[in-house]
Amino acid sequence: MATVLERVQKVVVDRLGAEESAVVPEATFTDDLSADSLDLVELIMAFEEEFTEGSEALKISDEDAEAIRTINDAVTFIKGKGYTD
Amino acid sequence: MALAIDLSGTSAIVFGVANHRSIAWAIAQHLHGAGARLTITYQNERLAKNVLGLIAELDGARAVECDVLDTGSVEAAVEAASADVPLATAVHSVAFANREDLGGDFSATSIEGFRTALEVSAYSLLPVARAASAKMTDGGSILTLTFHAADKVYAGYNVMGVAKAALENEVKQLAAEYGRRGIRVNAISAGPLATLSARGISGFADMQAIHAERSPLGRNITQDEVGAAAAFLSSPLASGITGHVLYVDAGYNVMGV
Ligand SMILES: NC(=O)c1ccc[n+]([C@@H]2O[C@H](COP(=O)([O-])OP(=O)(O)OC[C@H]3O[C@@H](n4cnc5c(N)ncnc54)[C@H](O)[C@@H]3O)[C@@H](O)[C@H]2O)c1
Repeated sequence: MATVLERVQKVVVDRLGAEESAVVPEATFTDDLSADSLDLVELIMAFEEEFTEGSEALKISDEDAEAIRTINDAVTFIKGKGYTD
Repeated sequence: MALAIDLSGTSAIVFGVANHRSIAWAIAQHLHGAGARLTITYQNERLAKNVLGLIAELDGARAVECDVLDTGSVEAAVEAASADVPLATAVHSVAFANREDLGGDFSATSIEGFRTALEVSAYSLLPVARAASAKMTDGGSILTLTFHAADKVYAGYNVMGVAKAALENEVKQLAAEYGRRGIRVNAISAGPLATLSARGISGFADMQAIHAERSPLGRNITQDEVGAAAAFLSSPLASGITGHVLYVDAGYNVMGV
């Protein structure tokens, strides 16, 4: 089973078409991975989909979404919601 | 024979697929399932990869780029859609407002923001209807997507409420204009669905939670439920229905307190 970090990285590679080597934990979505605002919305929704299991839906509010700026931020947030490696 | 929605031998065009969550995509799948020869449109190059990936699943479907504010591109898309099979169905599932106009004080809406929202989300039905109706030589159905905020105040929806009110009025006027030619014009008023556009509305998550709590069915609707209603309205089963706004909202709109 993939870790939370690996799952986040895969979503980012798929969504942003980014090089795998660039999708490191410290990478920021906008500066390092050149995501625009529409990409960010898509990413947040893709995280929600990736981490929704059956009736257990991951929900990321607008405020939470704004604070998620790097791969690491996403991993920390998702783990904080109880998802484990 | 069991009652069935059968659109075989006709073609359909669906405007406004951005990704797999788009209402337009659910409608496209249902029209394809009913046997229509399907063309879908996407707004720009940026969405091409998504959309071409999606239609690979649907036999014989094609996708064309189309910006609804460019009348030439609307006409070209309709031309492509009706090239080999007569056009009977057009679906307009397009809307846009600047993010800064989807939250805060409604009275602060700028003239540019107002214009953008109204042009893309309301005016654009007219070029679509003109181009599509010109090809519907044997009658047809034109359908658009609206929201309850056309009628009632939804904080955050702001200028889009104005656009949807305009759009619903257009549906009535177009229904009257095209009726004698056997062309029906209707709208589906969908409950809140988590799509790319919806996520731009401030307070969207609350909107979904309140609908789920208060609607008669006690839940939110799905894209597929809109797709099914769209297939019905586009089909001969709905031959007596025009100028109508059909709520697909788990019944939310009928509730008082
Ligand atoms: N999601 C909801 O909660 C909800 C509820 C009721 C009604 N609606 C309506 O449904 C329709 C579809 O929205 P959706 O929720 O599926 O979101 P969506 O973001 O998937 O679809 C909106 C589409 O409009 C397109 N678009 C915007 N400007 C355009 C332009 N200039 N030219 C061509 N296309 C353009 C976008 O590319 C996108 O494909 C809209 O009219 C929306 O207002 C949505």
